[in-house]
Amino acid sequence: MYEKDGEKYFVVDSHSHFWDASRENWREGREEFAKGWIDCFYGYHQLAPPETHWDYEKYLKVTPEDFKRDMYEEGHVDVAIFQSTYLKEWYTNGFNTVDQNAALLEELGDKVIVNGRFDPRDGAEGLKQLEADAKKYNLKGVKLYTAEWNGDSRGYKLTDPATYEFLAAAQELGIKNIHAHKGPTIWPLNKDAFSADDVDQAATDHQGLNFIIEHAAIPRIDDFCFMAVQEPNVYAGLSVVIGGLMHARPKFFAKVMGELLFWVGEDRMTFGGDYNIWTPKWQVEGFVDWQMPDDPAFSDYPRLTAATKKKILGLNAARLYDIPVPAELQLPSDDPAQPGEQLVDA
Amino acid sequence: MTGTVAGVWQALGTVMDPELDEPITDLGFVESSTVSDDGVATVVLQLPTFFCAPNFAFLMVADAYDAVMEVDGVRHAVVTLKENQTADAINKGVAAQAGFIKAFEGEATAELDELRTEFLSKAAIAGQDRVAQPLVDDGAHPDRLATMTLGEVPPSVDLDRLRDRRAKLGLPAGDDAPLLMHPDGSRVTTEQVPLHLRRARLRRVGIEANGHICREIMKTKLAVGAP
Repeated sequence: MYEKDGEKYFVVDSHSHFWDASRENWREGREEFAKGWIDCFYGYHQLAPPETHWDYEKYLKVTPEDFKRDMYEEGHVDVAIFQSTYLKEWYTNGFNTVDQNAALLEELGDKVIVNGRFDPRDGAEGLKQLEADAKKYNLKGVKLYTAEWNGDSRGYKLTDPATYEFLAAAQELGIKNIHAHKGPTIWPLNKDAFSADDVDQAATDHQGLNFIIEHAAIPRIDDFCFMAVQEPNVYAGLSVVIGGLMHARPKFFAKVMGELLFWVGEDRMTFGGDYNIWTPKWQVEGFVDWQMPDDPAFSDYPRLTAATKKKILGLNAARLYDIPVPAELQLPSDDPAQPGEQLVDA
Repeated sequence: MTGTVAGVWQALGTVMDPELDEPITDLGFVESSTVSDDGVATVVLQLPTFFCAPNFAFLMVADAYDAVMEVDGVRHAVVTLKENQTADAINKGVAAQAGFIKAFEGEATAELDELRTEFLSKAAIAGQDRVAQPLVDDGAHPDRLATMTLGEVPPSVDLDRLRDRRAKLGLPAGDDAPLLMHPDGSRVTTEQVPLHLRRARLRRVGIEANGHICREIMKTKLAVGAP
């Protein structure tokens, strides 16, 4: 919980990691990719205020103590949602597996929710694993990284028949939140791998699922907005939007927020701090302090109220994940726009 | 010689990052460019991250090669990309003038013309916001904007840029061409103007968001060096 100027904010960090990118975990023969991946993250890390920067070696693998301090003690986070990203073609034990995440589960109790994952290319084995994970961890969400390598494959689409099979299975298992993250390599390479067209189609075809598109589909935020305006079960995950732009490019951050507020709306935007690319403290505090500039260039973008920020920082995600919110941190029930009202399967 | 070096740099300035719609020289993507006494131009390109997409990367390396080969005094060109997941395939493919399908055998189904057109088309929409926004700020009404031609717009870098992107797409780009235009070249009606401008602004924000992030990452990469 974060309190400022008499307002109290319930904070759900809907996109966090507990990864192992240590050198010992770089897969033999694939070191270049393992290093390339984490170096790419480290580049993004530099977009944060300098006083929050980590040393590279430290960045490769943080400890459970770091996580607890950065998220809960200093970072104002009430509930963190762990996203799993396996990348086992590059990291021997996986980059960020459900089991690694789960190690912290027991200790943190209901302060953390672990999301699973699936890979439609894993076939029957994958379906079995998904079922086992869903039961073991009571999964409500999965993270899908569509550019993940798998054998000779360089990625998959949400509209692949195999993906639909997994989405149907996931829904039956009680999973209702699909966090999708688009990445650069997918077959065929001549097409735009970042295109979110497949999310559009999958969301239309699965009205009982919510699709949270991480970092608002940057580098395709424009396509994303055109899609989200038409698909009530599509959400904008603000990981990278806040972390990557709010400090480094504040004026431009305002434009991106303005577009998202206009096209997607405050009821379908969820905060994600993307730990440990960035720590949540400066993001939460900075966002609560933030307002659309008074400059005429921003005059037709919506301004943010305390209610807008409460929804984005936590209440929207709480609704998606059925997280109980203490009464004093909820919005008044007569608020005309309750977060997630359009949710089809609440 | 000095003339050739300058010529090579100028040629590289015509090469665009298709996704960011900006010249690679402005983006810091040219790490080095030299010309030997016997007319061999050597250009090394770098991108912000190891995972920058292979298709856009290929276009930039191939376009740089083509542009540099056109320069007076250049007999041969060696253009390579460094530190990218697919640098080897791209460098070999461009050196052999093999095309994208050959360079990524089995992984591509077509050359990159369609991809290039897709992004040029976005740039041509974004460009309408750049040109029209100052007019809106000066009080131009939708009915005026719907009939306005490029020839009626005050000259600017943004106007030249819009004309260039349209011309590359085969869309009307002359003085009598309408300022506002749908992606298929059809006119925007008065009623459509407000939403069209909203969409154009969103396209621009989308493209510029990527530019900002790439520049920032490039800046820190150059400042701290690879860890």
